[in-house]
Amino acid sequence: MAFVLIVGSGRVGSAVARDLLAAGHEVSVLDGDPLSHERLDAGQDSTWEGAGGRFTIGQAIERDALVEAGIEDADVFIASTTGDNTNLAIAQIAQKMFNVPRVLVRVMDPARAQWYSAQGLETICPTSYAVEMFEKALELPAAGA
Amino acid sequence: MYAVVIGGGKVGLNLTRELLAKGTEVTLIESRRDRYLRMDDELGFVVQYGDGTELWVLERAGIQRADLVVAVTGDDEDNILICQIARDKYQVGRFIARVNNPRNRQYFELLDIRPAFSATDLILRLIEHEVPDYGLVHLLDLPEEQLEVIEIVVCDGCRADGLEVQQLELPEGSIVISVLRDESGFVPKGDTVINAGDEVLVCLDPGLEGEVTALFEAAK
Repeated sequence: MAFVLIVGSGRVGSAVARDLLAAGHEVSVLDGDPLSHERLDAGQDSTWEGAGGRFTIGQAIERDALVEAGIEDADVFIASTTGDNTNLAIAQIAQKMFNVPRVLVRVMDPARAQWYSAQGLETICPTSYAVEMFEKALELPAAGA
Repeated sequence: MYAVVIGGGKVGLNLTRELLAKGTEVTLIESRRDRYLRMDDELGFVVQYGDGTELWVLERAGIQRADLVVAVTGDDEDNILICQIARDKYQVGRFIARVNNPRNRQYFELLDIRPAFSATDLILRLIEHEVPDYGLVHLLDLPEEQLEVIEIVVCDGCRADGLEVQQLELPEGSIVISVLRDESGFVPKGDTVINAGDEVLVCLDPGLEGEVTALFEAAK
């Protein structure tokens, strides 16, 4: 079991949060918008807290909010806000200031995802996946082939 | 010199104008369409439309040959990333970052984005300078050079009161560089007498503040 801190609870972040909690992990979610808490509860049998989840309202970049959400004890940090730059900044903060062992970052821009990955960040680029899926569906030959 | 300025707010726009007036080659990148169009009339090809945190936008602006990158957007994360990319991907030699929220300064330092300036901090320093309640005001920190300049008010009855500058028992690594008296300042000589009510500027190695200020504070 790991303690996972997820910053940014949109469609992706909230779904990952629920799956990780269901898989038996300890999950804390940080988001600036109280609506994202409702998204965690929607369609579920119990509330997010009732199911054992943690939720903190706060800005991703605020040190106090990160600490309140438990960053000092996190085994895994997931940066999944809607902003690439926010994600890349807080991921490096998690890595360098709080020494979180595993840091995953969502980056929509493939170019920056690739470059930061070469700098040692574990980036996930949904755009690249979407491109790949479209091309696969259309049975296009792989790019560059 | 070629400068790329990212962020066409008041700071970025006025800086661009000043740099152009000094004959510097500048490109200003602005991500808001309305702002870009307004500046386009005045600046023409100098201003480019785009998200200055995207690599292709920076490359279109010619960041590869830039001597200076100035990141002055209203977003601290953007400014951090722009400088990081300029330094580590494009080997730009000089960059300057704006800190919008002084609480984020720690992150600029964490990622070694220096120099980072904050208008809020500058105004705070001016307030401290104007309000002499504070015994000591940090005027300048040069962390790279391991030097600081501080301003101290000479208190009535302190050890320095009535002494010549050369008689001051200043610790090794500190020197009085200026005396402010009667609304004006001058560089003291060895036999300049320090009086209560003067303000002195002291240049010192970091860590000596306590020893230095002790000379100018009223005896307890």
